[in-house]
Amino acid sequence: MAATTTAVDIRSERAKARRESRAVLFRKPGFIIGLAILAMWAVFAVAGQAITPYDPFNDFAKGHLPPNPEHLFGTDRLGRDVLSRVMIGARDVLIVAPLAAILGVTAGSLLGLIMGYYRGIVDDLVSRVVEAFLSLPVILVALLTLVVLGSSTLVVVLVVGILFTPIVARTVRAAVQTERQLDYVTAAKLRGESGLYIMAREIFPNVLGPIVVELTVRFGYAIFTVATLSFLGVGIQPPSPDWGLSVSEEYTNMISGKWWPTLFPALAIASCVVAINLIADALQSVSSE
Amino acid sequence: MTAVPVRDAAPPAPSSAAALKVEDLELAYLVRGIPRPVLRGVSFEIRPGESYGLVGESGCGKSTTAYAAVRYLPRNARITGGRILVNGDDIVKKSGDELRRFRMHHASMVYQDPGAALNPTTKIGPQVIEAFTVLGQQGDQAEASALAALRRVQIADPERVLTRYPHQLSGGMQQRVVIAMALASDPQLLVLDEPTTGLDATVEASVLDLVRGLISETSSAVLLIAHNLGVIRTMCDRVGVMYAGKIVEEGDAARVFERPRHPYSVGLLQALPRHGVRKSQRPLATIPGTLPQIGTPLPTCVYVDRCPLATDLCREVVPPVVEVGPGQWSRCHHVDRIGEIQAPQPGTGQAVTAHDELTLEMANVSKTFRSSGHDVPALVGVDLQMFDGETLGLVGESGSGKSTLARTILGIEGPDAGSQITLGDHDLGAVATQRPSRDKRQIQMVFQNPDSALNRGWSVRNILGRSVSKLTGLRGKEVDARVDRLAESLRLTQRHLDLKPRQLSGGLKQRVAIARAFAGDPRIVVADEPTSALDVSVQAAILNVLAELQAESRTSYLLISHDLGVVRYLADRIAVMYLGRIQEVADAEKIFQGPNHPYTEALLSAVPSIDGEERTRIRLDGEVPSPANPPSGCVFHTRCPRRIDGLCEVTEPPLAEVEPGHLMKCHIPLEELRRLQAERKPLVVEEQTVGPIDAV
Amino acid sequence: MIRWLLRRLVLSLITLWLLATIVFVIANVLPNDVGRTILGPFAPQESVDALNAKLGTDDPLPEQYVRALRNLVTFDFGNSFQSGRPVIPLIVAAIGRSGLLAAYALLLTIPIAIAAGLFAGRRRDRPADRAIVLAGLTLSSIPEFVIGTFLVVVVGVQLRLLPVLATPPPNASIVDLARFLAMPALAMAIVYFGYIARMTRAGTIEVLESDYIRTATMKGLTTGQTMRRHVLRNALVPTVAVIGVQIGYLFGGIIGVEKIFNYNGMGQLMLFAAQRKDIPVLTAGVIVIGIVYMAATLAADLIIAWMNPRARAESGR
Repeated sequence: MAATTTAVDIRSERAKARRESRAVLFRKPGFIIGLAILAMWAVFAVAGQAITPYDPFNDFAKGHLPPNPEHLFGTDRLGRDVLSRVMIGARDVLIVAPLAAILGVTAGSLLGLIMGYYRGIVDDLVSRVVEAFLSLPVILVALLTLVVLGSSTLVVVLVVGILFTPIVARTVRAAVQTERQLDYVTAAKLRGESGLYIMAREIFPNVLGPIVVELTVRFGYAIFTVATLSFLGVGIQPPSPDWGLSVSEEYTNMISGKWWPTLFPALAIASCVVAINLIADALQSVSSE
Repeated sequence: MTAVPVRDAAPPAPSSAAALKVEDLELAYLVRGIPRPVLRGVSFEIRPGESYGLVGESGCGKSTTAYAAVRYLPRNARITGGRILVNGDDIVKKSGDELRRFRMHHASMVYQDPGAALNPTTKIGPQVIEAFTVLGQQGDQAEASALAALRRVQIADPERVLTRYPHQLSGGMQQRVVIAMALASDPQLLVLDEPTTGLDATVEASVLDLVRGLISETSSAVLLIAHNLGVIRTMCDRVGVMYAGKIVEEGDAARVFERPRHPYSVGLLQALPRHGVRKSQRPLATIPGTLPQIGTPLPTCVYVDRCPLATDLCREVVPPVVEVGPGQWSRCHHVDRIGEIQAPQPGTGQAVTAHDELTLEMANVSKTFRSSGHDVPALVGVDLQMFDGETLGLVGESGSGKSTLARTILGIEGPDAGSQITLGDHDLGAVATQRPSRDKRQIQMVFQNPDSALNRGWSVRNILGRSVSKLTGLRGKEVDARVDRLAESLRLTQRHLDLKPRQLSGGLKQRVAIARAFAGDPRIVVADEPTSALDVSVQAAILNVLAELQAESRTSYLLISHDLGVVRYLADRIAVMYLGRIQEVADAEKIFQGPNHPYTEALLSAVPSIDGEERTRIRLDGEVPSPANPPSGCVFHTRCPRRIDGLCEVTEPPLAEVEPGHLMKCHIPLEELRRLQAERKPLVVEEQTVGPIDAV
Repeated sequence: MIRWLLRRLVLSLITLWLLATIVFVIANVLPNDVGRTILGPFAPQESVDALNAKLGTDDPLPEQYVRALRNLVTFDFGNSFQSGRPVIPLIVAAIGRSGLLAAYALLLTIPIAIAAGLFAGRRRDRPADRAIVLAGLTLSSIPEFVIGTFLVVVVGVQLRLLPVLATPPPNASIVDLARFLAMPALAMAIVYFGYIARMTRAGTIEVLESDYIRTATMKGLTTGQTMRRHVLRNALVPTVAVIGVQIGYLFGGIIGVEKIFNYNGMGQLMLFAAQRKDIPVLTAGVIVIGIVYMAATLAADLIIAWMNPRARAESGR
């Protein structure tokens, strides 16, 4: 009887702790705003043509109509409705960016765990390669690789994910190195645990917090990177209404005053990355509290 | 049961003008916008030239009081009531610029961790000189003052020190520099917050000597915070005992330490291993319960929930301030019943379990680290034995190799080739991974800091269960049964088992860590400073538990501690280390009686005593030499006050048995040492019991 | 100190070798026909073969790899596949123009960002601090080309304050140059503002909470004296490190900015070279950008060692 009450108490205590940290998160205005913006783009991307005012692909009006009551954001060079295209422009990037972030964070965490735990030769060798990768801007290496491999969705995910790996690995490695100096690791060694067990069962749960934060941060950078690559012509390919791609197709027309097919997708990119960074910032401050 | 909110009368005030007068100070910390009271009406005063100590366990508010006295408080602190008068001036009301002038001219502070108190990117010179230029002195004059200030704190070669960066000085030197700066303005109020915590015993002793000398020269009022009651006793004229944000007893230091008259003071002092008490005599007294959470409303007596004398009266009426002796008062309804609180009776201690059956033998164990191309020997030719069921205490200052020795036994560090460690009948593998699980099971460890030693992601049950199954090979229900038994013997409840470490108090966490070490019935448990992260009352309970477990299981302990009271309580034999070498080994009582190796002698005399006995301090000159470059001959000769010139710096003495069971590494014959150390008073003081009040 | 420098140089050389290898691997992961790419799909096969033989792109991979490494050692990367001109002068000219732009951007952003960071750190959690933190976070998370777009639309097209294209006439005066490069420099400066300001703020907060600031306060120093003598130097150490790294990464964001503003720098050069599989230009470009990164971080570390004697002592070991 007493034992059951206690168990219930503890369960409810833990649930309370979880609820409390969630409540703290939801008290942060940045987190709510970020979540709302992201949710909006996700809904638009999923609902797609069901809610856009015009067919974003095949409804050709007069080209480069300025914003007007019928076309609130105007039309692009081919006469397609800019608003409709911006609304569903998140489709590709919202698939590519999270996948790339997940790939990079998973691979980077594994690598970081191994580097941080085993130090010595393994760490030295891998660190060298990681350093070499880190000495180049991600965009530049991604550009090179995508030009060689050709840009398909899968390749963009792979390339961005792999290029994020060393960055994540460095962060996780630092966290693991802090952990492995704690005495519970020594205690585990003293009772004869294997390195694999210590990494997976003892250390990993304690570095999960920073890894989750890293995941949101990487998600933001993935959108940043994919948008830039699309703008450079090696990311998401036509006829996608992707924002970065739209800017790339239309930016030369800005000089002649036709700014709307460029500005609105650019604003959409900005809103999306800012939203994710607001979420990441809130998570970070909650997990460090 | 309604509490009667009575504003307590101000305690009887010592007459004459006070340099610092704190009146009914109330202070709260804002935690997520909600004020949590930390100080609940603190009142005391310090006269010019007087030194006043605040004692109490962590969280009692003593540091907050000290920082409030100079109004250097965290951003979320709010003074919600009371006054702080320095020379009659209320500093609570001061504006920013007035406060700056007040700190410039009238108040100074010295803190723990002198390394952090100095700007790491600026040389000592500008930092010390600045303390004088800010007072209006000009270039050359300020520099001359700085040099004089460094000389005043007995820094040799101050010109050279001025050109150094802080990290190039030792901890003791850094603290001297901080003290020199603090005294620059000849302040009326000098606040010392744990000024010697973290320094080695011999360095601590010399810094304390220095501070005592300096404050006797000035007319500063000194407020001293220290968790080490010995430091308070040797430094302070009067003390205040704090609990949960209130001073519960105050009086002349010697009187309070010898005749405490508040149940909390009594509990605190009885919990200390003092007066040479040993585990074979009696358990240490403990205080039941835990400190109230910060911000708990405590409308009447703050100590009521843990007090053995508490009655309904204590819950209903605020206790009065009762004068219990000349200048001594206590905030208690029941000062007349104080004598009822008794330490456990002599004769209730644990049976002696030490036997002469050898458990572990170390022969010629050395460990050399390599650091940027240099060999740094941490252990040099250590020969040491541990016997069945005994506690071997290991003492020595930081860098003496105590921890390395422990880590070598555990197999965390592999010793150099040629070293031999024998467990029972067979040699041990150099590192733990090479040892069969049978051997791993035999040697386990209790760490200093339970927060670091317990995986914060695991429940207590998982922590213990994994150790049990890994070390004993048990499975399923048998593991659960053993975990339950372990928990029971450490007085952990089923409820505790389901919690995560952060949900437990420090004492409970250390119990979990001890339970884990005992999971596989080890023959040897290494305990590296097992109580130094804990408060006094918690320490007592942990020491009792360790003694009990040893009596039950006949496990041998290797106990590392800088606290000689703790070592004396628990250890059967003591080994003294210096620069990676064993200097002396003997039975614990032998070590405390002497005659000793000159290093042991200095170490023992450096400890500030809470029992107030007068001792001749053996001062050690110079710094501990670098292990990378040890002195020739006897490694202690550079600091040894009894060095024989022409011999000690040339020849290293052997570790020889100078009398049965007493090994020493010294050229001076035992009888000569006995004669030289004869004037030293014996360290055994008869234990006193608390008597009735004799003077009111 | 000397030992530390030597070690750093050796490590840098290893990194350069790894970089050359990485580029070589990327360029050769897929069997691609350089001759065909250059000459186009309709050129006769004989011409393609002849071109490949001339460029050496049909040699066995190990041979090509050894040649790539020899190029690295002699710092001669041959001629551009595309224009046939030597690579190094091309790169030197481009990096000069990009360097000018980058220096302009840093000049704009560093003083303001540091000032903002110090200001925010001192007013931690007050409205001014929240505003700076939020602005920094927002601005640094938006891609450079997007900021560039906003600038063009608002400042260039709507307000007509600054020229839209960053193509100054030859022999332009320094004032003209500053006008023509203002927008692209601003686009980059805005992104870096966030990184630098946030790092300075964090450094300031950490220092303000340190014990030695308490010592300074207890001496009775004024806030200004404390900031100048004790806060500044210590708080800027992490900022210097971040600036060092960001200088290396400038060459990522600069590609988008140069494209928007049609500025003939390193970014455009690399973009065109990538599109045309101009391997010598790409290899040399990557190596040079890697060298810039390493030089920038080394310079940052040296400055940090000068600022912080403890770091100096540690790196000396």
